[in-house]
Amino acid sequence: MSEEIIGKIKSEIESNKVILFMKGTPEAPQCGFSAATVQILKGYPYPFASVDVLSNPDVRATLPKYSNWPTFPQLFIDGELIGGCDIVHELNSSGELEQKLKTAFAQ
Amino acid sequence: MMKSEDVHKILSHAFESAEITVQDLTGGMDHFSVIVMWDGFKGKSLIQQHQMVNQSLKETLEDGRIHALQIKTVAR
Repeated sequence: MSEEIIGKIKSEIESNKVILFMKGTPEAPQCGFSAATVQILKGYPYPFASVDVLSNPDVRATLPKYSNWPTFPQLFIDGELIGGCDIVHELNSSGELEQKLKTAFAQ
Repeated sequence: MMKSEDVHKILSHAFESAEITVQDLTGGMDHFSVIVMWDGFKGKSLIQQHQMVNQSLKETLEDGRIHALQIKTVAR
């Protein structure tokens, strides 16, 4: 894991309240799980950044080791890994996702 | 490929006295859905709970015996 890529990942995570590392872009997701996660986020009035790991192979290779999560998409809120599609889905239905988003944008 | 019982054995070893369900999703013995209800998950975020399950099956995920793993965890 090269320091440079980790630095790039860290700065992306730290400089965005909400960031989704996904396959494709919110406008053109290239994977069903990424598309489903984007749909959930679009249901909220909060902006979110995204990184297309398909066009950033270095991030695609390094992020799973850095975050200790093997798959994509990966959603971070306020610097904390929230999870992949299943977890974002589950937190969305429990209301916890909205809570985390509100807290992040309340500061 | 591996048998559901073997997945169950690994999980019950890692999560003592947890209630564990393992389901082979496709019959191909490498796409599993697991449910782990374990008191030790209390206080842990959902992602941490899933990471713990992934960690306990790390070897079988890395050598491909398990190709896809759907995880449900309950802190109880």
